[in-house]
Amino acid sequence: MSMKASTRQVDGVTIVDLSGRITLGEGSVILRDAIKDLLGKGQKKILLNLGDVSYIDSSGIGELVSAFTSVRNQGGELKLLHLTKKVHDLLQITKLYTVFDVKDDEATAIGAFSR
Amino acid sequence: MESTLESVNKAEEMADQIATRAGIDEDTRSGVSMAVREGMINAILHGNAYDTNKRVNLSFEQSDRELVITISDEGKGFIPDEVPDPLAPENLLKTSGRGIFLMRAFMDEVRFRKLNPGTEITLIKRLQSS
Repeated sequence: MSMKASTRQVDGVTIVDLSGRITLGEGSVILRDAIKDLLGKGQKKILLNLGDVSYIDSSGIGELVSAFTSVRNQGGELKLLHLTKKVHDLLQITKLYTVFDVKDDEATAIGAFSR
Repeated sequence: MESTLESVNKAEEMADQIATRAGIDEDTRSGVSMAVREGMINAILHGNAYDTNKRVNLSFEQSDRELVITISDEGKGFIPDEVPDPLAPENLLKTSGRGIFLMRAFMDEVRFRKLNPGTEITLIKRLQSS
């Protein structure tokens, strides 16, 4: 299943709804382009909704890290929402769970962005 | 197999099918498939560097006790012990270098052998006796 990304705005936060697989190739490129596009438009409060992301490989993990540092380097914030068990476990074993700000509830996640 | 992204996806699918037939549960199977995917990425991206003149060999062997997967490339090779620890604080925000770690995390044993040229990775998953 290929990856899809769509964006919506809620209270000044851009939510990127991702679905499919973030893996080497198309999936990683779609995420990279989405983040680049948002930063280019000055949208620096980004919430990545991973609720429908079924699978991430090492390339996808690298892309998430890249997104996190790109947004942070531009003075923005990137948070993760709705991790599936598989993705949660993967971030745990790679010790990235504590690096990312991970939320389970969309309203709580939006409220957690600095104003 | 050819040194293409399609081969990575194909190998992952094969691993899932073979692990299913070996009676491996879903969670463990997912880890085996990921280890194979990472091994293939290692071989095709880092080893053969997508050179279509270079091949990747993938084999599966199953006994009563274990599933053994072997992946070999024709690349310039690498020294596994020199790969930086992706869990070290200074490496946590690196965008690559987690493949070998993930293979080791999901398999019971991971072995590396230098070929001439290339590298052979052996991934071993022990099967629980019923």
